[in-house]
Amino acid sequence: MTVATWARRHVLSTEDWSRDEIELVLENTSAMTEVLSRPVRRAPPLRGRTVVLFFAEASTRTRVSFELAAKALSADVVNISAAGSSVEKGETLLDTVRTLDALGGDVIVMRHSASGAPYFVAARTTAAVINAGDGWHAHPTQGLLDAYTLRAALGDLAGRRIVVVGDVLHSRVARSDIHTLVPLGASITLSGPPTLMPSAWRCGALPPGVTYEPDLDRALDGAAAVIALRLQRERAESGLLPSLREYARTWGLNEARVARMRPDAPVMHPGPMNEGIEIEASVAHGARSLIAAQVTNGVAVRMALLYLLAGHPS
Amino acid sequence: MALPARADLERRGLLVVPGFVDLHAHLREPGFEDSETIATGARAALRGGFTTVCAMPNTEPPIDSAGLVAELMAKGAAADAARVLPIACITRGRRGADLADLVELARAGAVAFSDDGSPVSDSRLFRSALEYAQVAGRVVIEHPQDVSLSGNGVMHEGAASAGLGLPGMPAAAEETAVARDLALARLTGARLHLTHLSTRAAIELVRQAKADGLAVTADVTPHHLALTDEWVSGSRRFAWEGSEEDARQGAAIPYDPNTKVNPPLRTRADVEACWAGLRDGTIDAIATDHAPHASIRKEVEYQDAAFGISGLETALPLMLAGVSAGRAPLETVLRALSEAPRRILGLADTGDWIAIDRDAEWTVDALELGSKGKNTPLLGRRLTGRVVIAVVNGKVRYDAGASAAFA
Repeated sequence: MTVATWARRHVLSTEDWSRDEIELVLENTSAMTEVLSRPVRRAPPLRGRTVVLFFAEASTRTRVSFELAAKALSADVVNISAAGSSVEKGETLLDTVRTLDALGGDVIVMRHSASGAPYFVAARTTAAVINAGDGWHAHPTQGLLDAYTLRAALGDLAGRRIVVVGDVLHSRVARSDIHTLVPLGASITLSGPPTLMPSAWRCGALPPGVTYEPDLDRALDGAAAVIALRLQRERAESGLLPSLREYARTWGLNEARVARMRPDAPVMHPGPMNEGIEIEASVAHGARSLIAAQVTNGVAVRMALLYLLAGHPS
Repeated sequence: MALPARADLERRGLLVVPGFVDLHAHLREPGFEDSETIATGARAALRGGFTTVCAMPNTEPPIDSAGLVAELMAKGAAADAARVLPIACITRGRRGADLADLVELARAGAVAFSDDGSPVSDSRLFRSALEYAQVAGRVVIEHPQDVSLSGNGVMHEGAASAGLGLPGMPAAAEETAVARDLALARLTGARLHLTHLSTRAAIELVRQAKADGLAVTADVTPHHLALTDEWVSGSRRFAWEGSEEDARQGAAIPYDPNTKVNPPLRTRADVEACWAGLRDGTIDAIATDHAPHASIRKEVEYQDAAFGISGLETALPLMLAGVSAGRAPLETVLRALSEAPRRILGLADTGDWIAIDRDAEWTVDALELGSKGKNTPLLGRRLTGRVVIAVVNGKVRYDAGASAAFA
């Protein structure tokens, strides 16, 4: 596949993407890292285009990453960040979409607490929609940047087993990692408390290429990489976990645990981290950590997607 | 217009059968007239072949007094469409705290009692309701759901919800409630009707209870007999269709709030169990759980959308499609739509009848539905089978116009 044969209007989830499409994004990401390494980090393909950042759920990191990506491609950037939810403001998502569409942006990058909200928006606008995270459902740019980062560290992912540990039930990152890494040939071992695993997956109806191993030590034995998920502190209060302390002891990444993996196996985390809960500081900032590289690569991946959706004459 | 002769209609290939009785519909009046009124609901009922429709009392205010029952009946009569029969609350204000005046409500015309949508979670109070309803001579209709277990779920908990990242309602939330309700029916010896059963294990519990001689009856909805949780993911194939149907129809956009309903659309195995229950008599009746909503409550994020499917006008073609697919004999389905609900409610046969054109193809179009509720995932779908004439109280109250061609 080439830039010319790219046919997607939106990036809502990579679940239905072909391997070719994922590869094309990764190739373009590589080109974008070159742009980012120049003294003046700016290229012209989105000049005159408007990227609307619509973040209905608080997020600094992803929003800034998209903003840098859009500006590096010379786009105009408009921020519409709702302090609370749109419902609290008395404005429905339908109202917001109509407004966004009328504003005439070329790309809408959206973050929303409701799973599926980007589909709702995409069906009602002429702009291209990029999902920057919807509820528990998907965070496709995170999946793609994780794939890019792992490729850069490990080379071909075929036959590589990657552990994703933590609150899979509520994690859009876990779902997008599955839907991006498995098509590239990797297999995924999910680990974490049974209460934070979708029941269908815990009971064996797993997506292709995915297994579940509640014992983290066993999951890590011989693994090619591990991705730790952020644990929301309120999970302990809602009866899904006995305590954060027990979670840290049972599913937290520490030196001894990561040593069970292959010698070259990296450690990743989508951020922001709860150091001392899902990951110890020495691991988060240790030799295996690719967490800083994930942040850097995130900008390049988002540039690649903006370019594919709006940056080339079609 | 003159009453057409049934024999003439039959000679012209129409199916002439007793009018359907819907023992579970939401007509929304009073309180939610932007979603439906008694008049629009009664007309939608007739178009769907329901010559009698029972209105659930979860209105604002809820139907928990004789005055409200009388008002509802008067509006139903004025609509001059399907017969509208009121179901009254079990508990005052549907609050689940103390019993409504059941005897008085029955005298005023309530045909059954239900706190539908809000199951009576206090087991002691539900026991009292079952015992006391016997004096009133009316059946208690229970919506079985353990709300502490279903929590904030918005769809069936399973592989589809796992993929979509939506909170699920486990099948067990229905099954624990059915188990409790059956235990209380056993304790009290009272008549109990379980509405909109949707899971394999719940139906198995009812099958066992009936074998033990309990006075329990049950219904399922057309949508639980035809659709699955895959519809939330965008599939548009009926439970008995293969994947080629999705290829033909084209899958829909996922997270369509019109697929959000309580109880939720379940798995294929559950749908098959609903049909098996219907065939062997475990399930007595088919009821629509017609739940119309104004678009403002549906054209929102999936998690925020109201539960419910507008179902009066699509029940018949869905069930005919199931019959064509060999899921149950036509006689079984027709009995479950007319004779069975009448028996459950203890209603006399009024002699109402309808004529059906089994071959008429039509497209579900929001503008053409009689109901104010356009909230059905079947919008745009081609369906087969339509009511041509509906006769209530010896008068033609609905005539699709096509009847002229048969006159």
